[in-house]
Amino acid sequence: MTVTTITDAQLAPKDYASDQEVRWCPGCGDYAILKAVQKACADMGLVRERTVFVSGIGCAARFPYYMSTYGFHTVHGRAPAIATGVKLANPDLDVWVMTGDGDGLSIGGNHMLHVLRRNVDLNIILFNNEIYGLTKGQYSPTSRRGTRSPSTPLGSIENPVSACAFALGAGARFVARSIDTLQAHLISTLKRAHAHHGASFVEILQNCVVFNDAVFENITGKEVAPDAQVLVEHGKPLLFGKNKEKGLRLKPGKLELEIIPAAPDVLVHDETNRPLAQLLAALEPPFPVAMGVLYCNPATSYEREVVVETGGSLDALLNSERTWEVVP
Amino acid sequence: MATSAVSRAGGRETRDSVVIRFAGDSGDGMQVTGSQFTLETALAGSDFSTFPDFPAEIRAPTGTTFGVSAFQIHFGGTDVMTPGDSVDVLVAMNPAALTVEMSDLKVGGTVIVDTDAFNERNLKKAGYAKNPLEDDSLARYQVLKFDITKLTADAVKPHGLSSREAHLCRNMWALGLLLWMYGHERTATIEWLQRKFAKKPVIAAANIAALNAGHAFGETAEMTEHMVGYVVPKAAVQAGRYRTVSGTEGLAWGLVAGMRAAGIEKMVFAGYPITPASALLHTLANLRAYGVVTFQAEDEIAASGAALGASYAGALGVTSSSGPGIALKTEMLGLAIATELPLIVIDSQRAGPSTGMPTKAEQSDLFQAVHGRNADAPLAVLAPTSTADCFDIAIEAVRLATKFMTPVIVLSDGYLAHAAEPWRIPHEAELPRFPVTYRTDPEGFHPFLRDPETLARPWVKPGTPRLEHRIGGLERDYDSGHISYDPDNHARMTKARADKIAGIANDIPLQTVSLGDDHGKLAVVGWGSTFGAIHQAVKIARDEGRDVAHIHVRYLSPFPRNLGDLLKRYDRVLVPEMNNGQLVKLLRAEYLVDAEGFSKVTGKPFRVTDIVQRIRGGAPPPSEGSGLGGEAG
Repeated sequence: MTVTTITDAQLAPKDYASDQEVRWCPGCGDYAILKAVQKACADMGLVRERTVFVSGIGCAARFPYYMSTYGFHTVHGRAPAIATGVKLANPDLDVWVMTGDGDGLSIGGNHMLHVLRRNVDLNIILFNNEIYGLTKGQYSPTSRRGTRSPSTPLGSIENPVSACAFALGAGARFVARSIDTLQAHLISTLKRAHAHHGASFVEILQNCVVFNDAVFENITGKEVAPDAQVLVEHGKPLLFGKNKEKGLRLKPGKLELEIIPAAPDVLVHDETNRPLAQLLAALEPPFPVAMGVLYCNPATSYEREVVVETGGSLDALLNSERTWEVVP
Repeated sequence: MATSAVSRAGGRETRDSVVIRFAGDSGDGMQVTGSQFTLETALAGSDFSTFPDFPAEIRAPTGTTFGVSAFQIHFGGTDVMTPGDSVDVLVAMNPAALTVEMSDLKVGGTVIVDTDAFNERNLKKAGYAKNPLEDDSLARYQVLKFDITKLTADAVKPHGLSSREAHLCRNMWALGLLLWMYGHERTATIEWLQRKFAKKPVIAAANIAALNAGHAFGETAEMTEHMVGYVVPKAAVQAGRYRTVSGTEGLAWGLVAGMRAAGIEKMVFAGYPITPASALLHTLANLRAYGVVTFQAEDEIAASGAALGASYAGALGVTSSSGPGIALKTEMLGLAIATELPLIVIDSQRAGPSTGMPTKAEQSDLFQAVHGRNADAPLAVLAPTSTADCFDIAIEAVRLATKFMTPVIVLSDGYLAHAAEPWRIPHEAELPRFPVTYRTDPEGFHPFLRDPETLARPWVKPGTPRLEHRIGGLERDYDSGHISYDPDNHARMTKARADKIAGIANDIPLQTVSLGDDHGKLAVVGWGSTFGAIHQAVKIARDEGRDVAHIHVRYLSPFPRNLGDLLKRYDRVLVPEMNNGQLVKLLRAEYLVDAEGFSKVTGKPFRVTDIVQRIRGGAPPPSEGSGLGGEAG
C-alpha cells in the first residue's frame, strides 16, 4: 500500500533543488516552505524520479520549477484534477499538489472539494497568504473582512473561508496546519502528511511581504505566538501560553471550546476525532489558532480501489454479443 | 430511397428496401423495440441504417407531442446508407406519435395504430379536434387499426400482470407483428428478453407472450384481413463475421484497439455526464479488463485535466463531451498544446448554442474544434463518416496523438452516437500497429527536444530515472525547455507548434473522391455523419447523367495536402453541412475556392432528397442569398 517503498537515503536537501533560479520576491515566505519541503524530502529519502510536483497558477504554483523531481505547472485551480489523472495512470508515483488560497479555494475550490472527498493519495500543500500576489494584491477567499486591496478600496465585505474547516467539511482524512517560519514544525508536519495514505491536506500560513505583509503577525509574532497558537499533538493535552499555563476544554453542556487554566480536565488531543478537529480548525483569535495535525484517520485511497486489468482479448470484445456470419 | 420492385414470393411481396418508424411515448419502449427489430433484421442478412430520435425529457407527460420518441430503421438488399428519407411503415402507439411523425410517411404508406390509445384525452393532448381514425384525414394511407392494448392484455393475462405492467408489453406485441410482416425471426428477441428479465421471469414470459401474440396475429390476419407479408432480400456484402455497431461502440472499441496498437498499457477515460456523450463513458466503464480506467469527474474541466494528467504520466488520456462541455475543456486543450502531450477529445456534437437541443444532432462544433482556443493553438481534428468508421477514426486519433504529441479532437455527433449499422468485425491481428517509444535515454535530453521529422517532443514517463524535468503552460525555450519570455523564442515556438500540426498532412492519406471523377462540373464536399445522404444523392444525380462527384473530408485539421488542388478541378463546389456554414468557410479561407454552402440546422440529418434537389437546382434560389446561409427551422 505504501507509495514510496524505495527510498534514497543518500540525498541532501540541496539535491532536491533544480538548477533554476528561484524568482519569488525577496523575503517571501515561499522560500522557507521550499527549504522545508526539500529538507523533508531528504529526511524521507524520496526518490526523485518517482516524485511529481503538480501545481496550478499563482506564486505558490511556481514551486515545481525549483524542485529536481518531475514537475507539472498546469492551469489555474486544476492541479487536483491533473494530479488525480497522474495517480490513475500510475498509482506508484509520489504526487504532491502545490497550491494557494486563490488557486485551491477560489478558482479551484470545486476540484479541491472532490479530490478530498475521493481521498486520492496526494500530498496537498496550500500556501495561504490571504491575498492574490501574482496579480498584484487583490483580496482572496481567505482575506479577512475589511481587507483593503486594489479591488476592495473600501475594504472587503466578504466572509473568509477557513481552509482547514473547508477540508474537513469536504471529507478530508488528513488535515494539518503550520506556518512558513515554523521550520521544525513545518518539516515534521510535511512528513506526517506524506506518511498518510490518501489525500493529505496541509495549510501553511505564509507571509506575502509585498501585498499582505505581517497579516499573520497577530498569530506568528514572537511576543504573541505562545498565547496565539496551540500546537496540537495526538494524545497530549491542548495546552498553550508561555509556560503552558492555559488549556482548552469543552465548555460544560455546550459543543464549544473554552480557555481554562491548565488543569487535569484540559482536553487531550485525539487526531482521529473529526468533531474535535472541526472545533480546532475553527479556532481564531481571541482563541489560539491550532497548529499541527488536526485530523488523521486513514482509509483506503481512491486509486487503490480502482479496478483495472490488462490483457483482455480484443477479438473476444469485438465478438461479444450477437454476431452473424456472411459466407461468400 | 425505399422503393421497390413488387413481386410475389411464397405468398409474400418482395421489397428492395423498407423504412419503418416506431413512434410512441418516451415511456413506451420505442428505442428498445427499434433496437430489437434491428437485431433481427441484421440476423436476417439485410443491410440497414438506423436513426433513434428521442426527446430530451426522460419521461415527458404521457400523450404529449413533445414526449414522442421514435426509432427509424431503413433496411434492404442494396445501398442502405441512410436511415431513409420517407417512411413506408409508421407504427404510432398514440395520437401524439401520429401527429408528430405523419409528415414523413409516404403517400400510400402504412400506418399501424393502437386504437385504444386514440381516446378523447390522448386526442386532445395531441391537438386533434376529431379522431383521425374516424374521418378521411388518413385516406391517402393504408391504415391498420388494431386494439393493441387489448390484444396485449389478452396475451399476457395468464401471467397475472397488473394492468400497468401489461400495458408495458404493448411494444413487444407491435414488434411481433412487424417481425412477422418482414419474415424475421423472433429467437434473438426472446433470448434478449430472457436475459433482460432474468430476475423477473414472469415479466419475461409476459413480454414473450405479447411478442408471440403479435406475430401470430399477423399470420391470422393475413387470411382474415388481407394483411400482406413482405420479403426483403439479403444484402450482398463481403464475407466475414458481422455485428451491429453504434458510433459509441465503434469509438469505445477503436480507442481500445488504438491503445493496443500503440502498445500503451492503460487508458484513462475521464468524462462528465452530458447528452449525448455519456454513452461513451457508460460503454468504456465496462472495459476494465482491457486496461481502461474510467473516471467520472466533478466537471468537464476536471475530466479534461485528469485525462491530461494521465497522458503526462504515460497512459492514454481520453476525455469526451458535447459542445457545451468541450467549451469548458478549452483551457486544458491549450495546456495540452503548450506542453505537447497526447490527448484524445471526443465531441458528440449536438444542436446549440448553449444547451440548445441536447438530443438533436448538428455539426456545428467544427469552428470550436479547429479554432476555439485563445492564442495560436493548433491541434488535429478528425471526423468519422459512419458508425463503422468511428472504430477506424478512433485508432487514427490515437496514432496521430502519440506520434505527434498533440491533442486530437474527434467530431462525432448525436446521430452517429446512437445510430447503428452492420459492421464486419476485424481481427486484432489485421489492425495497424504503431508502438510508441517512451524516452529513457538521458543523453542529450531536454523535454522539448524535437524529432526532426515529426517535430514531436519526447514522451517521458515520470518514474524514469535521470529524466526528471519540469513542464508547464509558461512559454519555454526551444533549445532547453526552460521558461523563456524571449520574444524571438516565442515566435520560433509558435511556428514550431504550427509546423508540427501542419506536418501531419504528410502522414495522412491523400484526399480521395468517394464517388465520381476527380474533376468536373460539381463536387459535393461533406464531412462527418452526412456521408450516407450525400453519397446517395450524388449517386442519384449521376444516374440522371449529371457530372457530380462526392468528396468526404475525414481530416479537418490539417486538411489532406492535395485537397485544395482537387477542389480547384471542379467548376463548382457545394458543401452541405448540418450547421450554418463552417467547413465551407474553412475551405474558402484555406484555398480561395468559391465554395457554396448548403446548411441544414433542424436537428435532423440531411435527407437524400434535400441534397438531390440542391444538386439539380444549380444556382441557389435568391432567398438563400449567397448560398452560405441555409434552410433553418
